[in-house]
Amino acid sequence: MSRDSQQRFDVLVIGGGPAGMAAAVRAAECGVDVGIVDDNATVGGQIWRGDLADGRSRDAVKWSELLRTAKVTKLCGKRVFDQPEKGVLLAEGENDLFELRYRNLILATGARERFLPFPGWTLPNVMGAGGLQAMVKSGLPIQGKRVVVAGTGPLLLAVAAYLKKHGAEIPVVCEQTSWSNLARFTATLLGQPAKIAQGLRLKGELGGVPFVVNSWPLAAHGRQALESVTISRGGKPETTQCDFLACGFHLVPNIELQVLLGCQIQAGHVRVDEFQRTTVESIFCAGEPTGIGGVESALLEGQIAGLAAAGGMEEARRLFPGREKARRFARHMDRAFRVRPELRILPTADTIVCRCEDVPYSRLQRQTSWREAKLQTRCGMGPCQGRVCGPAAQFLFKWIPDSVRPPVFPARIENLSALAGGPLKNGAALGGFE
Amino acid sequence: MGAGIVGAACANEFARRGMSVVIVDRDVVGSGATAAGMGHIVVMDDSDAQFALTRYSQQLWQALRPELPDDVEYESCGTIWVAADEEEMIEVRRKHDYFTRRRVPVQVIDSQALERLEPNLRPGLAGGLLVPEDGVLYPPCAARFLIERAQKIGAKLQLGVSISQIGQGRIRLSDGLELTARIIVNAAGAWAPEITPGIEIRKRKGHLVITDRYPGFLRHQLVELGYLKSAHSVASDSVAFNVQPRRTGQILIGSSRQYGAEHKDVDHGILMRMLQRAQEYMPALGQMSAVRTWTGFRAATPDKLPLIGPLPGDKSVFMATGHEGLGITTSLGTAKILVDQITGANPEIAIEPYLPSRAGKEFAHA
Amino acid sequence: MLSQMTVMVNGSPVSVPSGTTVAVAVVMAGQACRTGVTGEPRGPLCGMGICFECRVAIDGRSHCRSCQILCRPGMQVRTDE
Repeated sequence: MSRDSQQRFDVLVIGGGPAGMAAAVRAAECGVDVGIVDDNATVGGQIWRGDLADGRSRDAVKWSELLRTAKVTKLCGKRVFDQPEKGVLLAEGENDLFELRYRNLILATGARERFLPFPGWTLPNVMGAGGLQAMVKSGLPIQGKRVVVAGTGPLLLAVAAYLKKHGAEIPVVCEQTSWSNLARFTATLLGQPAKIAQGLRLKGELGGVPFVVNSWPLAAHGRQALESVTISRGGKPETTQCDFLACGFHLVPNIELQVLLGCQIQAGHVRVDEFQRTTVESIFCAGEPTGIGGVESALLEGQIAGLAAAGGMEEARRLFPGREKARRFARHMDRAFRVRPELRILPTADTIVCRCEDVPYSRLQRQTSWREAKLQTRCGMGPCQGRVCGPAAQFLFKWIPDSVRPPVFPARIENLSALAGGPLKNGAALGGFE
Repeated sequence: MGAGIVGAACANEFARRGMSVVIVDRDVVGSGATAAGMGHIVVMDDSDAQFALTRYSQQLWQALRPELPDDVEYESCGTIWVAADEEEMIEVRRKHDYFTRRRVPVQVIDSQALERLEPNLRPGLAGGLLVPEDGVLYPPCAARFLIERAQKIGAKLQLGVSISQIGQGRIRLSDGLELTARIIVNAAGAWAPEITPGIEIRKRKGHLVITDRYPGFLRHQLVELGYLKSAHSVASDSVAFNVQPRRTGQILIGSSRQYGAEHKDVDHGILMRMLQRAQEYMPALGQMSAVRTWTGFRAATPDKLPLIGPLPGDKSVFMATGHEGLGITTSLGTAKILVDQITGANPEIAIEPYLPSRAGKEFAHA
Repeated sequence: MLSQMTVMVNGSPVSVPSGTTVAVAVVMAGQACRTGVTGEPRGPLCGMGICFECRVAIDGRSHCRSCQILCRPGMQVRTDE
């Protein structure tokens, strides 16, 4: 019932991925007090996880160095779960609680993978594509293991390349989109030289790994853990033995905190103006939550938000053209990797859709809305708060998710009640909260 | 009107007695207080009338229990009214006598017994009253079960329907359509006054928190005796210690009461006070993971008894609402005595305390 | 630079380099992180702290998201609570 640390910032950045890092660095350059919060042990977000140490990406190294030397308070391993009053966020760590006051807030909360259910998807060692990559970056030995990569999106190739580089055997990469979609997407790369280089490098790195389109997982098999995967390839089922299935269907923006704070959402993205301002005063948003766009877009949006939040409007304006270019790429990506309707019929009656509460597909088929499903089956009422099953249910049934209430992440009760009274650990008295 | 637990119970009862029934609701089944409440089936001794209805209805639930599907999650976990000090123990003994005289099995437990029964309560409490026949269930599925039962014997359900006016056997829907019925039952809970203007029902907002799964942490529904002070207070905001073990192993934490709060947003001040109170009784809650919070609106009447019976001034309209925090418990009893009144059968408990006419007003029908 | 350390997973020692997350240690030990509500063994899915499938008890505290927690020497991890 005590707060371990009260901190106040002119600019507070939530999310330590590329957008957040860029925002924090630029805001600090304007001379204001800046803080950055991330729930992982180090900054970098998902895409640069582990890269800061092994120097893989030039951008990662550059921004990491800029952030390290910038006058920014870094709070890692802390997860924001609530805004008890305007201008104050509460963040929980493994053993502590932070009360963070801000004048301006930049939400760079990134994205998560979209998971779609199919028979066997709940077996241990079936993970997201980014999920398996994150595990390998966190120490999972992958040398000599067979990994099938499936789903959709540019993440698949990047993950396959990474895993291969670390000694995994990749029998196949299954992309559900069509050749024409992929070709059109590749054509847009012509406007993006950096992307072409990246693409070629990836193609070079893969060398000989079969990459098939119009292909998706039909079922995962195994008793206590994954043993094999059946994929649909050229319309025919094909079974491969494997140790891991890395399967994700592109990305879904993390907008829960934004919804809680009252920011207007449009088609699943946070609405922002040219300075990355949301519809709520003093709250900015940058990166994936404004529209899935990848690293370049995130870096530019982050910088614009950081500058704008710190009052550097002219400097921010200079970055607008670069952002436009990056955003165009993002729109093409979205179209190319839309999930095809065939995947709606993948789950069978028994296939679990809500993993927290083990709600099977058949029980959900009887419901007529997300709200009804929640009340009658508890789908979406578990600790993931619908982050996994929500996008799946939206794809399967076209249900629209409903409002967000605190806590936006599960939090310890002692922290959820923290402002009700009681002294700070260091002895200072707590301001009463009414 | 209203597909919450009370409307569902009434629909089922009417259908059972051979009447043709239509249930309408502007949202989904059990979307109001039914979705938000604790699902505690509890016998209360606030007043003889409250006791009569809760006890009668609790026994109806016990009789229905074998037919309830699994997802209704009916558990006879019992209630322990927790006494923090000697003064509250006096209240415990008073309740014990009251219930015993009325043949409700209860047991006074001392400090050591309380610790044995609920080891996660803080030490140093004075004791409590164990009511073993109290239980808990999951209300949205219970409401759905009752409605499906009614549908099997011919009742019709229309969801997504808003009522704009009722009276004299007619119901006008917001899309202009009109229905006619011999009997119109207002079971719209906290929104009942929107359909029947002038009835004295006010919204009494409550908050709840549910944790992740911690099987074995809690065995009974625990309620502090101070709860009664909270439920009694007519004017101010209050919180009380009230926790429930769900079959899932999750702990449901309540409770709070506010008048005059019309918005459904979580009120942080109240939420924090409620959780603080809960940790005072069960310190180990502090380390537990809270997964969701939500609010709901109880339908509260000035004398704390529901309105069950004909609306003065309109022969076609009947009320089945105003149950405050006892809607789940008293839904079955409400349905029985309401339908008894209408069919001329003999109600098994006295109906006078719940008649809408007790307010002494006539209601202008819209 | 990377030092090895030992954590206990369900009573058995697992040796991991520093910087390894608890979720990885559990997978390396060949264990499922948790059992689902209807009895299925479950392991990490998202790797980034949103799916809650990696929940384990660490040093006595239940429901810890192990994919976001680094191993510490002597840590006691249990998946069977």
